[in-house]
Amino acid sequence: MPTIGVNRDLLFERLGRTYTEEEFDELMFDYGLELDEVTSEKAMLEKEQGVTAQGASEAIIYRIEIPANRYDLLCLEGLVRALLVFQEKQEAPRYKAIPPTSGNSQQLIIQEATAQVRPHAVCAVLQGVNFTQAMYQSFIDLQDKLHQNLCRKRSLVAIGTHDLDTVQGPFIYNAKPPAEIKFKPLNQTKEYTAVELMQLYKSDSHLKHFLHIIEDKPVYPVIYDQNGVVLSMPPIINGEHSKITLNTKNIFIECTATDLHKAKMVLDSLVTIFSEYCQTPFTVEAGEVITPDGTKLTYPALPYREEIVDVAWINKSVGISESPESIAKLLTRMCLSSEVIEESKVKVEIPPTRYDIIHACDIMEDVAIGFGYNNIQRTIPKTNTIGDQFGLNKVTDLLRQDIAAAGFTEVLSFSLCSRDDVAGKLNKDIESSGAVHIANPKTLEFQIARTTLLPGILKTIASNKKMPLPMKLFEISDIILQDKDKDVCAKNERHFCAVYYNKNPGFEIIHGLLDRFMQLLEVPYSKEGNGYFIRAADDPTFFPGRCAEVVVKAQVVGKLGVLHPDVITKFELNNPCAALEINVEALL
Amino acid sequence: MAGDGVDATILQLLQDNDWLDTKDIARQLGKDHQLVVGAVKSLQSLGDVITAEQRVSKWWELTGEGQLVVENGSHEAVLYRAIPPEGVLQKKLMESIPNAKVGFSNAMKKKWIHMDKTGANGPVVKQAVSAIEDDVQKTVQDIAANQGEGVDNKVKQEMKKRKLIQEVGLWKEKKFKPYNFDALGVPPVSGHLHPLLKVRAQFRQIFLEMGFTEMKTNNYIESSFWNFDTLFVPQQHPARDEHDTFFIKEPMYAQGFPEEYMDKVKTVHSQGGFGSQGYQYEWKREEAQKNVLRTHTTAVSARMLYQLAQQQKDGFKPVKLFSIDRVFRNETLDATHLAEFNQIEGVVADYNLTLGDLMGVLHAFFKKLGIEKLRFKPAYNPYTEPSMEVFSYHEGLQKWVEVGNSGVFRPEMLLPMGLPEDITVIAWGLSLERPTMIKYGIDNIRELVGHKINLQMVYDNPICQLTS
Repeated sequence: MPTIGVNRDLLFERLGRTYTEEEFDELMFDYGLELDEVTSEKAMLEKEQGVTAQGASEAIIYRIEIPANRYDLLCLEGLVRALLVFQEKQEAPRYKAIPPTSGNSQQLIIQEATAQVRPHAVCAVLQGVNFTQAMYQSFIDLQDKLHQNLCRKRSLVAIGTHDLDTVQGPFIYNAKPPAEIKFKPLNQTKEYTAVELMQLYKSDSHLKHFLHIIEDKPVYPVIYDQNGVVLSMPPIINGEHSKITLNTKNIFIECTATDLHKAKMVLDSLVTIFSEYCQTPFTVEAGEVITPDGTKLTYPALPYREEIVDVAWINKSVGISESPESIAKLLTRMCLSSEVIEESKVKVEIPPTRYDIIHACDIMEDVAIGFGYNNIQRTIPKTNTIGDQFGLNKVTDLLRQDIAAAGFTEVLSFSLCSRDDVAGKLNKDIESSGAVHIANPKTLEFQIARTTLLPGILKTIASNKKMPLPMKLFEISDIILQDKDKDVCAKNERHFCAVYYNKNPGFEIIHGLLDRFMQLLEVPYSKEGNGYFIRAADDPTFFPGRCAEVVVKAQVVGKLGVLHPDVITKFELNNPCAALEINVEALL
Repeated sequence: MAGDGVDATILQLLQDNDWLDTKDIARQLGKDHQLVVGAVKSLQSLGDVITAEQRVSKWWELTGEGQLVVENGSHEAVLYRAIPPEGVLQKKLMESIPNAKVGFSNAMKKKWIHMDKTGANGPVVKQAVSAIEDDVQKTVQDIAANQGEGVDNKVKQEMKKRKLIQEVGLWKEKKFKPYNFDALGVPPVSGHLHPLLKVRAQFRQIFLEMGFTEMKTNNYIESSFWNFDTLFVPQQHPARDEHDTFFIKEPMYAQGFPEEYMDKVKTVHSQGGFGSQGYQYEWKREEAQKNVLRTHTTAVSARMLYQLAQQQKDGFKPVKLFSIDRVFRNETLDATHLAEFNQIEGVVADYNLTLGDLMGVLHAFFKKLGIEKLRFKPAYNPYTEPSMEVFSYHEGLQKWVEVGNSGVFRPEMLLPMGLPEDITVIAWGLSLERPTMIKYGIDNIRELVGHKINLQMVYDNPICQLTS
């Protein structure tokens, strides 16, 4: 979930009152937000760098957690607007796109070459803005938050904002080979080619994360003005030339994208929040986008959509009995202007700030939030049902109890491990293990899903060498194997594994446990019929001549034996070990 | 050396004897018996010097009746002597002395007396012999003198049967060292269950008490389709990023999808439907085919609900389902996060459930965990709407802490499955590790789960009582 930092005093000033921390926490909670941390720029810097941050601001900052689908709350302005409407201190504004006073819209012409890398673009203008330092910072931060969340780290959408008075439209959105792109990027003093820039930003802690989006493309996206000035090379960096400053009055916003719908959402989210500072608040100057096939499209879209919701359905879904008027009022407080249209229906207008509302159930949730989750009566469903256990889990639990009663202690090892754990360290090769391999492990510990429980128990012993001997450990858990017959081509298999670790090998102890285990499952000792027996087997994990396989109904279900000294050494153990591992499912 | 040189004396004595009884030694030396035993033990501790074995020591003493026999003679002797030369009426004889009945019968057995039944006033008893030897008195006297030693066991048993002597344990005359009741006992040799699974057992119990049926969750590998797409998680969602989810290299793709249903899922994502706007993006089959290590057990719930929707020939039957099993996240690890953990999940599918029902069920569930104070915070989750985070008031920390997540499954998830429109499905989830760590006061999750666990902690772990 995204977290935003807002200046507390500024927040309270905008909200028209001050709150104690508790009061504000309460307000946040009811609205579905969370006051995560109370800090300051200075405290944050010190925490990050571990040194005293000289000169950093000590003004209190509230760090607030915002639900991942509420793009309208990702900065101070949006948050304040929503809360004031919630408290009925303000009405939700109505956002409008209007043609420019000059009559000629700013044009963004998309060239066909962009289809190879980033085919979509939208644009708009914020007119007559008067920035303060705080507003300016908030504007930058919001773009950052949008880039992180809705834009999926700039892969889906990238935002570029420019001082319109420094450039001249129409603007050309093109894609060119990197060597042919050359400009002075933001906050640099000289020109670089795109090739040089990619090199330069490899060491930039912030920008290096976005390079992969275009790095291996034959052409890079680039936006020029009519004089060939580079506005931006999305999704990496803007040009220095059109940089926004505190003196900027008119802002040209372009969003380039691989997903047009998301581009519209991003543009709408940005302009609805910051149009507050325009000459005519909440109005946005429309921009015109000309697609390669010549189609002219006007942005921002700023769609208002209507939904009719059934009052009885809302009441029934939430578990309340509010009047249509009350429901309309609750929704209006959630920035969804609503009115009762007939006895039992409410018409809801969904503004361009609420892209999260995609179904009537989202409206129903806003009624519940407006009403207050904690004011809803808690009820118990009337339907009677009869509980039941999953058979395999039931047997497993019963076995666990009695294996513990036989003096063995249960361990719980990880399902993921390294290839070496199930192969090299057990004197085996990975190919024959049938293991499921993980594509993107962050460390060696998560290369595969385990194919045997034995390594987990041996590692448990290795990290508990100070414990008195003997150590008698067991685990009954799932291992994972490839299986072509399953839809996911893999399956779990429940295994029972036990290890006896002492100064002497203790084969007879583990053998006795096997006998007990079979007794628990009512499998008699017999070389014929439904019984079990053990017979000599070869397995490189075990000491030669000290390994047997467990046979049930002519099928091998497991092995037991004294571990091979190499295995003992590889698991960093220093005493002999007898071990048993059985497929439990084969016995049920 | 201990025992004032007694040990040396013992060794000297043993030179002339094959074995010795410590009691005899004590008697011989005029020392306390315990002192001799102590000396023997210290000699034993030297190694192969002497061998010793424990003997049970018992002796015999007289009962009150036995004492009378020593003083007055056996009951039969007393009776014999009470008979005048001319004889006496049996009736009179029996009244004249104590224990006459026993004495009479024994005297008859020993043929010391005989009866004349011809008398007009009843039977008359007469001495049959002129003199007797009171062997019983002699035996009892012998036993009294030597505490039973040297007397034939058979004889002693007979005297015991006659309640003239009784066996006495050594303890009667011994002084015992007092126990130290402040010390701990010897720990029993035991096996132990894992603490986390003890807590799991309690959660299973709670669900079963509430009438929930356990889902079959033994499938860690899941397709993105069931793990994400069926749950209406868009394909660009951060949870589907490789920084959050483990993808499978081998076997990379799943197969055998229910095509008709998959089509509906695709449509609801890309274009909407079922009253939804959808996400309006290009949905890719290849993305759905990718295998992952399941990131939540809700993937299993989705499979279950789809299956139930296919089986509703005579209408949908309400169900309550639960599971507790492993899930996987490719996250950065720290003291409270591992790459795998156990998710506890509850699901109720019924006609027209309300948000109030969800809160009521949660209240009942958490009450069984001993948590009474709950409050709910609006939240966001791609597959539930409304969504709620569950907070409980922690008395120790004096603040509200998050204890779980919950919500009502979205129509975009349920309707493509073919579930009736009036079926609502409510669900909640929490991790098993977190409440276990709080319960047992464990700060680092690696001390609880995995091979770095402290076995001593497992050995010492109490039973799991969640309500205390």
